[in-house]
Amino acid sequence: MSLDIFLQNIVNGLSLGSLYALIAIGYTMVYGILRLINFAHGEIFMLGTYFLYYGVLIFHLPWWLSFIVAIVLTAITGMLTERIAYRPLRKAPKISILISAIGVSFFLQNAGIVIFSGVPKSFARPEIFDKMFILGNTRISSINLASTFISVIFLMALLYVVYETKTGLAMRSISTDMETARLMAVNVDRTISITFAIGSALAAVGGILWALKYPQIFPLMGMIPGLKAFIAAVLGGIGNIVGAMIGGFILGMAEILLVGFMPQLSGYRDAFAFIILILILLFKPDGLMGKNVQEKV
Amino acid sequence: MSKNKERLLSLIALVVLAFAINFAEKNLDNYTLRILNLGAIYTTLGVSLNLIFGFTGQFSLGHAGFMAIGAYTTSLFIMPPMYKEMSFIIEPLIWPLSVIQLPFVVALLLGGVLAAVAAIIIGLPVLRLRGDYLGIATLGFAEIIRVVSNNIPQVTNGALGLKGIPGYSNLWWTVGFAVLTIFVIKRLIASSYGRALMAIRENEIAAEAMGVNLTYHKVMSFTVSAFFAGIGGGLLASLLTTIDPRAFMFVMTFNVLIVVVIGGLGSITGTVMAAFLFNFFLEYLRPLEQGFNIGPLAFPEIPGLRMVTFSLLLLIVIIFKQDGLLGEIEFTWKGFFSFFDRFRSAEGGKM
Repeated sequence: MSLDIFLQNIVNGLSLGSLYALIAIGYTMVYGILRLINFAHGEIFMLGTYFLYYGVLIFHLPWWLSFIVAIVLTAITGMLTERIAYRPLRKAPKISILISAIGVSFFLQNAGIVIFSGVPKSFARPEIFDKMFILGNTRISSINLASTFISVIFLMALLYVVYETKTGLAMRSISTDMETARLMAVNVDRTISITFAIGSALAAVGGILWALKYPQIFPLMGMIPGLKAFIAAVLGGIGNIVGAMIGGFILGMAEILLVGFMPQLSGYRDAFAFIILILILLFKPDGLMGKNVQEKV
Repeated sequence: MSKNKERLLSLIALVVLAFAINFAEKNLDNYTLRILNLGAIYTTLGVSLNLIFGFTGQFSLGHAGFMAIGAYTTSLFIMPPMYKEMSFIIEPLIWPLSVIQLPFVVALLLGGVLAAVAAIIIGLPVLRLRGDYLGIATLGFAEIIRVVSNNIPQVTNGALGLKGIPGYSNLWWTVGFAVLTIFVIKRLIASSYGRALMAIRENEIAAEAMGVNLTYHKVMSFTVSAFFAGIGGGLLASLLTTIDPRAFMFVMTFNVLIVVVIGGLGSITGTVMAAFLFNFFLEYLRPLEQGFNIGPLAFPEIPGLRMVTFSLLLLIVIIFKQDGLLGEIEFTWKGFFSFFDRFRSAEGGKM
């Protein structure tokens, strides 16, 4: 493999990884606070792309405006799912909440099929994203650069919110110990709502960038990216935000490089993520950045 | 009530069941039979998942993988060699498989055994993990099994799947295996093994301190569960007469998980009930999609509406009945008769 193609693969990997990272954050934040694998997160990601699609095509909003509208609407949807399907079950056995999440996921997928129809829609991206940058012999598409760049901006913003603001402090306190946080006058319900809103907003950003990169959207599109992003979250140590970002980048890079170096294995691409996952779980069960919590007797 | 009397009652119930199956096979239409068959297969699948998850407390999401192994094995061994030659278009089937044809029950058991072997190989390293991590790892293995089976066309016909599998599955087979699964797992739970499994569920560390060999019991439970999942997969393949490789995605596991949790974790009776309810609801909501009239209002044909309604029902049940329909309640003959006794005494009170 020549250096040019290698560089090109690195950029592709970074761009895919940044999308995984954006989606993985929603999983990891919700897991950190509720200990819930939010299986509906992939569907939130899907909704983000449809909101943008309808904003641009039906309401003829300019791109930047429908981008914002889509993010806000997705965040609200995320909050609603928590309010309706997870909050009533907060004291229930953990598996019941998980089933509820699976129910929400089925519901959103099929509501998508009813409302948007199951036929894939092609996503006409603005022309600026079709441009190619040519660096020597390396060709880099502008969407890859843009998606990496936009993702990094949102990730920085998230780190600021979580580590520098009062809301972020509340989130971290709840994830350490919900009951104690409540006693310290943290508004638990509100903070959980905000967590869902932030996670869903980032999923929307990820979804929109995904749709710009692979311009075809359909109601079941969230399943596989959602699962992969979840793997990324586990890879980095679930519950850990920086870990989710690192996990996302590692997974994206590894997938692209596998296909790049060994094209004959490309059929196994979807299994590859799981092989990495299982190796990590077996040798470092708490993920790369996770804390090892010993069970007390 | 004495043990002998209970055994006699169970035997009578089995005979009644046999007559019912005989009646159903002769008199019911194919559509209803299909639903009943699916209910029985989901019973096998659900009860086997309940063993590892409900009784041993190990969060396994790998059922679809074991089902895939069972389904492919069974189908490859019952398809006539001529059919195999016709349907393997991409690459011909490798040699010994292409000529062998076995009786249905042998092929089913072989599918179960292969799934069980896979479970031992997967279970030994993975069952050290706990809680959600175990769930994710087993889900990963199921997906790996699916992707691999998609990529070896010389054995599985790749993405095309298999067609023309002989449809041997009928109520005798499906209900028969459901009863066998329930019997084996009930006996297992009542034995000292079962007490060890439930001790692991309640508290692993305490169980280990009392001398329960964690790895051995977990792997055993996982293997038995996978064995019946494999058989369930084989029965399903023969019932549908086709295998679509996409059918064994994690959604399949979720379906079985829904049956188990809605029925009540740790209740076999609940699983049986939920397995049939699940399939009845899925099928009888179908008219929703075909367009219908309520008075003067005409609803057009809307694809997807069935699953929307179904997922809403699922959400409502899980939100308002958090421990599932039956919780941990189990059917017993004693409970059955005391229920009628109460009924009788209530009537007597009125008089």
